[in-house]
Amino acid sequence: MLAAIDQGLIYAVLALGVFLTFRILNFADLTVDASFTTGGGTAAVLIVNGVSPYVATCAGLLAGAVAGGITAFLHVVCRIDPLLASILTMLGLYSINLRIMGGPNIPLLNRASVFSQLSQQRLIGTGVSVALLALLALLLKLALDWFLATDFGLAVMATGDNPAMAASFGVNSAFTKLVALMLANGLAGLCGALMAQYSGFADIGGGTGLILVGLASVILGNALLGTRYMFLTTLGVVVGSVAYRLVIFFALKTPFLKAQDMKVISAVIVVIALVVSQSKRVRELVGRLGLHRSRDDLPEPMTVVPNPFSPMASIDSTAFVATTVSGEGGAASRQTATRSSFDSVTLPDEQTHPVLAQAKPEGQSGKEAES
Amino acid sequence: MLTLNGVSKTFFPGTVNERQALSGIDLTLDAGDFVTIIGSNGAGKSTLLNVIAGTISPDVGSIQLAGQAINKISEPARARMIARVFQDPQAGTAPHMTIEQNLAIALTRGQLRGLRLGVNATRRERFRRELSGLGLGLEDRMTHRVGLLSGGQRQALSLLMASFTAPSLLLLDEHTAALDPERAEAVLRLTKQVVAQGRLTALMVTHNMEHALRMGNRLLMMHEGRVIHQLDAAAKAKARVSDLLDLFAEANAVLADRTLLG
Repeated sequence: MLAAIDQGLIYAVLALGVFLTFRILNFADLTVDASFTTGGGTAAVLIVNGVSPYVATCAGLLAGAVAGGITAFLHVVCRIDPLLASILTMLGLYSINLRIMGGPNIPLLNRASVFSQLSQQRLIGTGVSVALLALLALLLKLALDWFLATDFGLAVMATGDNPAMAASFGVNSAFTKLVALMLANGLAGLCGALMAQYSGFADIGGGTGLILVGLASVILGNALLGTRYMFLTTLGVVVGSVAYRLVIFFALKTPFLKAQDMKVISAVIVVIALVVSQSKRVRELVGRLGLHRSRDDLPEPMTVVPNPFSPMASIDSTAFVATTVSGEGGAASRQTATRSSFDSVTLPDEQTHPVLAQAKPEGQSGKEAES
Repeated sequence: MLTLNGVSKTFFPGTVNERQALSGIDLTLDAGDFVTIIGSNGAGKSTLLNVIAGTISPDVGSIQLAGQAINKISEPARARMIARVFQDPQAGTAPHMTIEQNLAIALTRGQLRGLRLGVNATRRERFRRELSGLGLGLEDRMTHRVGLLSGGQRQALSLLMASFTAPSLLLLDEHTAALDPERAEAVLRLTKQVVAQGRLTALMVTHNMEHALRMGNRLLMMHEGRVIHQLDAAAKAKARVSDLLDLFAEANAVLADRTLLG
């Protein structure tokens, strides 16, 4: 079980990257599936050729960052949709990764690695390795917290949250996207380099489906620790990654599930996490358990692909117009009407939704309806 | 301060949908001018603001701001000098970011954003001071997310964010149209206050004739892409809504119900 926690902490590095693109930049970036392998492959090749494992790990990070840069280039310069741009990079990188690695698999058994000291003393999969990896994950989490609190980090957040607003304050969204994508995929590359050394091999298919693992970690973690404070949100991502590995670990303990079932278990976990995080009742229940300070910090449902033309977007705007057209008679009833019609859809976070957030105290809206 | 010379813009030229949104606009604003713009639907009011802000580039004509030709400057680069408040209260703020984070974005308007902390003690103190000027109690809610604020509060915050870095030009695009009368009134009061305090040069588009008369020191009336009437401070002080309606009638302008009902 401690080995599962080890893995969870290593994959938390990737999950932090996924959090940065999906949650902060609002960019559906699937590149991580491939940039994980790019980072792992680069590090493995360098280690086999006798380069210091620490240098090789840094090289893995940089290789991942370059992969993220390609996706950013396709999106920003070639104006390709985020999802498509990242799928294109992912597809192309498969061949590049094979070129880098020179074959589909590079064994690293008995090679020097950043874990050499630990494995020599048989400390892998013990409290010591867990503590060291937890320290690494927490340092990266704190670095991400700090980055997001800087002027530039805030510009990245604004780019994801309201692009028009960011532009009106002179934020160069091309640059913020480039940096965020390079950082996120650099983290994925670092994760790949660490995982290759931890597991003793780099494999061309090692990154397949990792985007879902990252998403599952983000969703699980945010459901557990909320999103009210950035410190807890990113901590939740690390916790979520460990929780995910533990779920897999215990699932594989059941008699009829085998190691080959891991992908389907992953998919089911993500589906459950998505459904649960969107269910109002469950969110209220979690809120009542006292894990959250207020309703404000309930996790937002994950919209995987941001799309202004989705039915959600139109519901959003019509509901808004209906409530804000005027304050004359009927405004209050219109508000309730849109609210109930909205309830049947239940997509965005109630607290941050303009219509619901605008709802006034009852006395006030009654007074307004009279006037 | 701001000079427009022969600015024209035609949408969808050469198609059945061809529409001349601006035709030969000449306009000069002196420093400290607060000009209100009123006009029928499709008169080109919003296009005029978009052309000045750089969202749309004009077909012909030149735009100068503070003695500098800005035709060729991109929208984000113009943002250093030009601030904007939009009609939609959601447009001017980032909903998932806190009030102080939004203000930090506004504070670094047009600057190179580096790796200094966006919200530090000095800045927080300044934000608190600026927010308390709004009189909405937002200074005690600086770590709350902006998405939790009402439309009126968000619009007041947008106005503060647009103005507190003293931009060369403030563009207000029907910024009270989406609010109920009570909140619209509050935001207008605030507009007057921030423009006076910062001695800002401002352009305000409105559908409401009474607001257009009450605010600012000059009034422009637009119709079909042209400025059909201009009232200076003296004429504006004397004019009433009925006078404006007569002027529109002369121009055969069909006014939207919203304009007539105020």
